[in-house]
Amino acid sequence: MNRVTILSIVVSAALLLYILEMVRRRKLREEYSILWLFGSVVLLVLSLKKNWLDSFAHALGIAYPPSFLFLVGILFILLILIHFSIAISKLHQMNKKMAQEIALMKEKATGGTSGDPSIGP
Amino acid sequence: MNPGMEGTPPRILVILPAYQEERSIGGLVRSLRERYPYDALVVNDGSTDNTGDAARGAGAIVLDLPCNLGIGGAVQTGFLYARSRNYDVVVRIDGDGQHEIDDIPKILEPILAGRADAVIGSRFLGETGYRGSIPRIFGIRFFRFLVNVTTGYRVTDPTSGFFAINPRLVAFYSDHYPSDYPEVDAYILMHRLGARALEVPVRMYDRSEGKSSITAFRAVYYMVKVTLSFLINRIRRFG
Repeated sequence: MNRVTILSIVVSAALLLYILEMVRRRKLREEYSILWLFGSVVLLVLSLKKNWLDSFAHALGIAYPPSFLFLVGILFILLILIHFSIAISKLHQMNKKMAQEIALMKEKATGGTSGDPSIGP
Repeated sequence: MNPGMEGTPPRILVILPAYQEERSIGGLVRSLRERYPYDALVVNDGSTDNTGDAARGAGAIVLDLPCNLGIGGAVQTGFLYARSRNYDVVVRIDGDGQHEIDDIPKILEPILAGRADAVIGSRFLGETGYRGSIPRIFGIRFFRFLVNVTTGYRVTDPTSGFFAINPRLVAFYSDHYPSDYPEVDAYILMHRLGARALEVPVRMYDRSEGKSSITAFRAVYYMVKVTLSFLINRIRRFG
């Protein structure tokens, strides 16, 4: 095994263990961990089985096999970022609804008489 | 829909979204209440000054949002309030004194008569004497074209925030209203509902206090965002 193979095995294994540990400690929710786990497993497999990487690259007509690895990595990052944008949009919507509900409830509770300006920044 | 025909006067709510307007909101609410028997609802969009108390002191109903939602989210909060209290007509005017409150009856009349579901005040109809900057006029022309081509409404002032709507639109907007720059989008929503929209001439002024929410840099974002969400709303499903 050459040095770069060892390096990529160590890095992807560390990534996999780190994600699992974060989920175990409840710092990362399961639904957000799935893409990361999937990505790190793919990286680990391609690092361990260098001939798989070569044959995938060959099958796709990619002359330099490591660039197939880059392609996989970039597509994976793209997927995760889209996933985050969707999650943020959902949180934005929920946040808006809650702020509106709070304003309506405050008015109901005080009858609109007591002055209670926002606690905002 | 023909409120006011059964003898009881129609219940009318005027929504004024306000952000950092402590200096002008009190006077505006007071002159509204001196002139009309309508309820004035100030939606305080997370102001850090005393906008909420100034409005309350002048006799308005006040909804204090805990954080700044932007104009669309604030106005929508007013629609939610109106829907829960079953108002017959909802008027929306700016909380910074840009809209001439003497023109409110002109905006109300077609809805009360049952001739329209939405009435929008236009600064370009008739002799209203409005003069805007060149980029603003360009933007208005662009959106005018967009609305006219895609909806068939013949609109002169597509970005006007001075309008009145009936309960059907209040209910729909309570669930579906764009977060920022909602006025152009609203035409697509009305079109999708088959609502009858009508423009009437009104007077608008330059801002007296505070500064406009649209700066030069934001203008480009405004154009792109509104065009995108306008076109998306054409093909969106509303459940």
